[in-house]
Amino acid sequence: MSIEPAVIRVEHLTAGYGERALLEDLSFEVQRGEVFAILGGSGSGKSTLLKHLIGLFPPMKGHIWLDGIDIATVQGAARLLALRSIGVAYQSGALFGSLTLAQNVRFPLEEYTELPDEAIELIARMKLDLVGLRDFADSLPAEVSGGMQKRAAIARAMALDPAIVFLDEPSAGLDPVTSAGLDQLILRLKHGLGITFVVVTHELPSIFAIADRVIMLDRQSRSIVAEGRPQELRDHSEIPVVHQFFNRQPAAGVEAG
Amino acid sequence: MPSQSSNALLEAGPPESDAAVLRLSGRLDAYSVGHLWDAALAALATRTSVPVIVDASGVAYCDVAGAALLVDLLRRPRAPGAEVSVRNLRSPFDRLLRQFDPRGFEERPPPPRLDEPLAERVGEVGIAVLREAYERVAFVGEAAAAAVDTLANLRRIRWREPVLIAQRMGADAVPIVVLVGFLIGVILAFQTAVAIRDFGADVFVANAVALAVLRELGPLMTAIVLAGRSGSAFAAEIGTMKVNEEIDALITMGVSPVQFLVVPRMLAGFLIAPLLTAIANFVGLLGGAVAMRTFGIPFVTYFHQVQSIATLGDLFGGLVKAFVFGLLVAGVGCLQGLKTGEGASAVGQSTTHAVVGGIILVIAADSIFAVIFNILGL
Repeated sequence: MSIEPAVIRVEHLTAGYGERALLEDLSFEVQRGEVFAILGGSGSGKSTLLKHLIGLFPPMKGHIWLDGIDIATVQGAARLLALRSIGVAYQSGALFGSLTLAQNVRFPLEEYTELPDEAIELIARMKLDLVGLRDFADSLPAEVSGGMQKRAAIARAMALDPAIVFLDEPSAGLDPVTSAGLDQLILRLKHGLGITFVVVTHELPSIFAIADRVIMLDRQSRSIVAEGRPQELRDHSEIPVVHQFFNRQPAAGVEAG
Repeated sequence: MPSQSSNALLEAGPPESDAAVLRLSGRLDAYSVGHLWDAALAALATRTSVPVIVDASGVAYCDVAGAALLVDLLRRPRAPGAEVSVRNLRSPFDRLLRQFDPRGFEERPPPPRLDEPLAERVGEVGIAVLREAYERVAFVGEAAAAAVDTLANLRRIRWREPVLIAQRMGADAVPIVVLVGFLIGVILAFQTAVAIRDFGADVFVANAVALAVLRELGPLMTAIVLAGRSGSAFAAEIGTMKVNEEIDALITMGVSPVQFLVVPRMLAGFLIAPLLTAIANFVGLLGGAVAMRTFGIPFVTYFHQVQSIATLGDLFGGLVKAFVFGLLVAGVGCLQGLKTGEGASAVGQSTTHAVVGGIILVIAADSIFAVIFNILGL
């Protein structure tokens, strides 16, 4: 166990929409500087968990602490400060369609910092360069491919060099080369800047390449079925759903018979 | 200042041989570098003839914003022999800095603005107008063909769809049509009364209200309400489907979007507009009666006047117009929806065009009707 306090601490979280709980009594911690992956099949509540972690929805029960701040109850300036320390890249990219890629990355910098305009422009272009999009800075999101939009979204999420970056399915829909490049980028930023990454994914190669620790959610039990290093879970887990997931086996009901 | 945002520091160090030294220290991030950015560039600008060494040994933290400051210093064009260099930046920050090639971020002059000649711009607008007209005509043709096709296969119509649309377009619009119709009747009666009261002709206000409401205002106000409520909704609905690739999905399934989406909506518009107009006519006349009551004209007298002036031709002329208005409003809404481009703002644009286009077309059609009715002597 690390002595340093966890950067994200989730305590007895019950989460869902309206009256319906999709996740029940979840507890886990994310340590500073690690790549933490949230795994699970379709409908297991991965995205729901992510939306609660970034404070879009309040928990039904339990607490979520981001750097010691309860994201669900914090208000006003403290909330802005907490939001400033996280970056989120959404599954669809969620780039602002009327702004160019560079303007999308500039947006948080313009909102939150007092940098001179020229500096903001340079930083925005450097962020786009990090994700390999320097030549597309002046393109509108509609003019570039889906994979490029996704990378631009990651550049925007990292515009303020946040301490924690949340990525929702970052490599879904990317070609293997681009996807591997993205994995490398994540590792570089983790080692270089000590950024903590929370990644929702089910791309096995990517999980083994980048994830320090994973939790796996399950639709049936609405909770965490496994937690640990991905290699250990693959090689040693006795739990059927975990075994199926890591070895790409169909669920019992789907098996050809 | 001890605040976290200003704990980055820039100072001039003792020069080494013939090179000037700038010392950077503290935490270089997006919140702190803003304060020393201009100072750093100024320090560079005052030392144009000597090499400048940026000593970063005191830097405790440096993220991409900090690296951007260094890149900005490195990318400035310098005289030969007076280059800028960065040294003693700790790992891993130097690795981050080395990811960026300063020459790749050289400032580019903004592209020269091309002022197109006037004739060229006029031509472009003209072509755009013609293309738009062509699209409308093509759409009318396509919609008509789809409608004929649908009518030829009446069994294949999914009735659920047009009925649902008709409910949203019609039943849900009754309150607002009642409100608008009633108030128009009241206002019209009041204003007319003010004008002709001096001649002692109060009682003829009923004539004016009856003709104006039945022939013009009933159908027109209803069509405008429909354009605002339903034309916009159609455009936004179909536009969002277009953005979400749902239209593409329909096409690849071999289903014509015009037949599947447009025909039920136009059918609903065609059937609903006259019904709403009838309601608007009724409450419009009622509003006139209520207004005239305050001028001392009893209901009986008012409606007697209405009966004496208004013919069935006036009523049905208005309702025939309503059929056409309903088609136009629904059609323009659907057309704009199908023409939607990419992104959220495109949906907003289509919705605006649907409402504006719908109202303009309705008024244009109304004037054509006026001419036709005049020729027919109605």
